[in-house]
Amino acid sequence: MPMTMSQKILAAHAGLDSVEAGQLILCKLDRIHGNDITSPVAIREFKKMGFEKVADPDTVTLIMDHFVPNKDIKAAQQCKCCRDFAAQQELESFYDVGRMGIEHALIPEEGLVVTGDVAIGADSHTCTYGALGAFSTGVGSTDMAFGMATGKAWFKVPSAIKFVLTGALPKYVSGKDLILHIIGMIGVDGARYKSMEFTGPGAHSLSMPDRLTVCNMAIEAGAKNGIFEVDDVTLAYEKEHAKREFRVFKADEDAAYDAVYEINLSELRPTVAFPHLPENTKTVDEAGEVKIDQVVIGSCTNGLFKDMQEADQILKGRKVAKNVRVIIIPATQDIYLKCLEAGFIRDFIEAGCVVSTPTCGPCLGGYMGILAEGERCVSTTNRNFVGRMGHVDSEVYLASPATAAASAVLGRIASAEEVMK
Amino acid sequence: MKCTGKTVKYGDNVDTDVIIPARYLNTSDPRELAAHCMEDIDKSFHDKIKPGDILVGGENFGCGSSREHAPIAIKESGISLVIAKSFARIFYRNAINIGLAIVECPQAAEAIREGDAVEADLDAGLITDVTTGQSFQTEPFPAFIQNIISAGGLVNAAKAGIIG
Repeated sequence: MPMTMSQKILAAHAGLDSVEAGQLILCKLDRIHGNDITSPVAIREFKKMGFEKVADPDTVTLIMDHFVPNKDIKAAQQCKCCRDFAAQQELESFYDVGRMGIEHALIPEEGLVVTGDVAIGADSHTCTYGALGAFSTGVGSTDMAFGMATGKAWFKVPSAIKFVLTGALPKYVSGKDLILHIIGMIGVDGARYKSMEFTGPGAHSLSMPDRLTVCNMAIEAGAKNGIFEVDDVTLAYEKEHAKREFRVFKADEDAAYDAVYEINLSELRPTVAFPHLPENTKTVDEAGEVKIDQVVIGSCTNGLFKDMQEADQILKGRKVAKNVRVIIIPATQDIYLKCLEAGFIRDFIEAGCVVSTPTCGPCLGGYMGILAEGERCVSTTNRNFVGRMGHVDSEVYLASPATAAASAVLGRIASAEEVMK
Repeated sequence: MKCTGKTVKYGDNVDTDVIIPARYLNTSDPRELAAHCMEDIDKSFHDKIKPGDILVGGENFGCGSSREHAPIAIKESGISLVIAKSFARIFYRNAINIGLAIVECPQAAEAIREGDAVEADLDAGLITDVTTGQSFQTEPFPAFIQNIISAGGLVNAAKAGIIG
């Protein structure tokens, strides 16, 4: 039976020669991780199960990123619970303030998940590492607890949708625009329970940061995972980041797909998702006059160095529009440092932005940029649900770093082209 | 397992941010989470429901974040069963893992109205709208998942050595 790339990885980790869509299997996990919100629940369930020690401390990672540096006493208690557990279990990869980064940026950067892995994380955006050619998916805290205890997780083998990409991205168009375009096309449940597999010459033309952004938002189409075919870009990335051996899996030529879409990257335009669903997309040309109060550039979706570079290109030497607050959040300590060395932090501050230490903060309406009633934000984050960034009557517009930076300068939704012309 | 109760009904794409807003995720205490359940979509949720009542959703129920706090908040609110046209996959897993009963049944989710009295026999996969007299047959869960549900969730299944 021919298999998709995701199915091949799952079969290998279940110790099976082949698997088919719909089959229920138990897989060995290469990485299990959680954050400061989901891990405390997992730790509670782990103890309820009666386990004392995690199956393999080298595969368990805890990253404090959602509400840190601690936003309040309750958040501090949750981090303390994780910290105590990490110490008790002797976890090497416990990432606290000063070492942490936003989990989905930090995990590939640290080489904690590598090509060919099966990884679960108690955070929905765990699907990010498909960019590396790994099978990774978000789960809940009880799955994380079970994973820590046994080193395994149960999966229903997914079928897949194939995206054959051709052409190359035009200037000021990025992976974010591609994934927003796709979600607009197939809807927020268009890939529900399925894999999204990316292939074709256009896929190979995408940089690793763009691939990470695309896979990060596979969940916003309901997908189980997003995954890119492994190529020279992947191998070059792993040469720099992988600290252990990795395996390359390739979909069978004759694998069955539920649907195949061909997308010419050259035809894409900067794209914005209007409130209150990521599928409500319009190109920036169709956006009309939308005045804004805030811009957020960062998150697990767009907090990478390339994202900062794209924002800097537009903000350098310009000023943020009057009455617009701009919050920029490099996703990891390493990215923050690289931004400092490149002079971006100075450019951002001189433009009138604030630059924050890594945190998920505003993306989920935690802290560091909560919106008031009626306020609008252009954000490089991943969700624009009702109340996501604050008041139930506030609005979030999802866009790329270039579009967000351009909107910051003009005080309304705008394209980078308009600012740079 | 049988559930009987009146229904509260919501539309498509009910996301985990409205089921339990992230501003309350600085705790994992089920009672505190339940107190804020659905508040961004329906401020009168708790006034409408009694213990044992049934929640009906549309397509893609529970989409968004992986927060297990969402099914926990629903369960702790006293909801005995969620019927939806379809569930987002992480919510689906989480509900099974924590022992919140769920049923995917597009016909039932379409036909049942808010306030109807509903009976569900989960072992037989039969949902009856007592108010209208309509019945709906659903697909049973695969045996593997049925075992987790019967054990009362993944924690008990693991304890009992059913899986792993």
